[in-house]
Amino acid sequence: MSIAYFDHAAATPVRPEVLEEMLPYFRERFGNPSAVYDLGSVIKEVLEEQRAKVARLLGARPQEIIFTSSGAEANNLAVKGAALAHLKKGRHVIVSGIEHHSVLNAARYLEKFHDFEATFLPVDRFGQVDPERLRQALTPATVLVSIQVASNEIGTIQNIPALAAVCREAGVLFHTDAVAAAGQIPLNVEELGVDLLTLSGPALGGPKGVGALYFRKRLRLVPQIHGGIQEDGRRGGTENVPGIVGLGKAAELAATELADKGPYLASLRDRLVEGVLKAVPEVIYTGHPKRRLPGHASFCFEGVEGEALVFLLSRQGVYANTGSACASKALKVSPVLCAIGLSPAVAQGSLVFTLERSNTAADLEAVFTHLPPAVARLRSFSPVWHKKMAAGGAGP
Amino acid sequence: MKFIQECPADATADLVYRVCPMHLLEPAELLKDLKPGQVLEILTDYDGALEDIPAWCAKHGQEFLGLCEDDCNDCYKLYIRKVA
Repeated sequence: MSIAYFDHAAATPVRPEVLEEMLPYFRERFGNPSAVYDLGSVIKEVLEEQRAKVARLLGARPQEIIFTSSGAEANNLAVKGAALAHLKKGRHVIVSGIEHHSVLNAARYLEKFHDFEATFLPVDRFGQVDPERLRQALTPATVLVSIQVASNEIGTIQNIPALAAVCREAGVLFHTDAVAAAGQIPLNVEELGVDLLTLSGPALGGPKGVGALYFRKRLRLVPQIHGGIQEDGRRGGTENVPGIVGLGKAAELAATELADKGPYLASLRDRLVEGVLKAVPEVIYTGHPKRRLPGHASFCFEGVEGEALVFLLSRQGVYANTGSACASKALKVSPVLCAIGLSPAVAQGSLVFTLERSNTAADLEAVFTHLPPAVARLRSFSPVWHKKMAAGGAGP
Repeated sequence: MKFIQECPADATADLVYRVCPMHLLEPAELLKDLKPGQVLEILTDYDGALEDIPAWCAKHGQEFLGLCEDDCNDCYKLYIRKVA
């Protein structure tokens, strides 16, 4: 059975060009970059080349890039590392209520173990943070604000330049998690106006187990992994050289392909959305209808359990997700969907499609063939759905 | 320990929160870009630097000017004048 894979935000195949580039670093080019002999020093040079490639993707300087083990680690280093390095200013951080768990829980960690106050900013029904609301939440003790470029659950793109400008005026550091947005839309740290930005390897078609943090030059960070002088003393641990080489290559490809990829994904996504909304009754297209990632479509099907829908679709070779892969097994209603005002009954029926260049029109046809009967089948045994129908079938 | 007043510098190495031995490695790199007579300022929160940096200067023929405490930033400032 051929598969139609729409869960690229959770995992995506490493691109063949990326894998080819990585392979020598598992075998003959195995040296430790910290070693003083030539087998190590040549690898150190390779690492610096990758740093330059990642920096180019972001319009940053190579010395402003720290390699990490994941986007989650980069988010932790940004939120905890920057907040703890600026204790003299205060102990207040602000994050949006729809951030990835690695940001939300880093803020909670600061509250629990370092006497910080954390503010979780609300969003509107599209998942947008209002810059004016952010301005009102700032206090003299605020040291850091973290708001993602785009949501991996609802695809909404935030107005980062406006949000970052509010922080810059107030002298507050601004971090953005760009994991979902990387490789989908242009990301330039100067244009965004951010002090810190998180990337991850898989989101760019690179390998798992590698990420990066951009930090504005001269910004202090308290290391979150204490060790040796790797990453200029900011992050201990022998570098994952093959992974970093993969990330570098993926960043290089992303920088050259973005202009063509975005329109292709957006056109495919628009056809997907139009087809799903036409074929299935009582469905909500979540997130912002326009200001959203080109390769992202998210829905809520009333009267359906998202997990069950994902399972039924997968048996037909159609792979999507209920939301964030990190939380998808929790069987809890997504806090992101609650934050945009959906009732738990509606939010339970979440289905997220994340597209990549490998997706085709044939994949869309598979969705149109298998999704409507799967939803109908699940609704046929749903008490919530029957109750709604008995009440007249009003919309959400 | 030679204490001095904070003084103007031609370059700064900010090593606060960065682990040992970055307080020796990064200044050595930055000194390469300075001309003889120019001053490098080193910011560090690492107590070991107070002994290591004067010793490193003596060993490498650089002039250690002295240090001061920066109470606002909870760090030390150490000054080296490049000799050659």
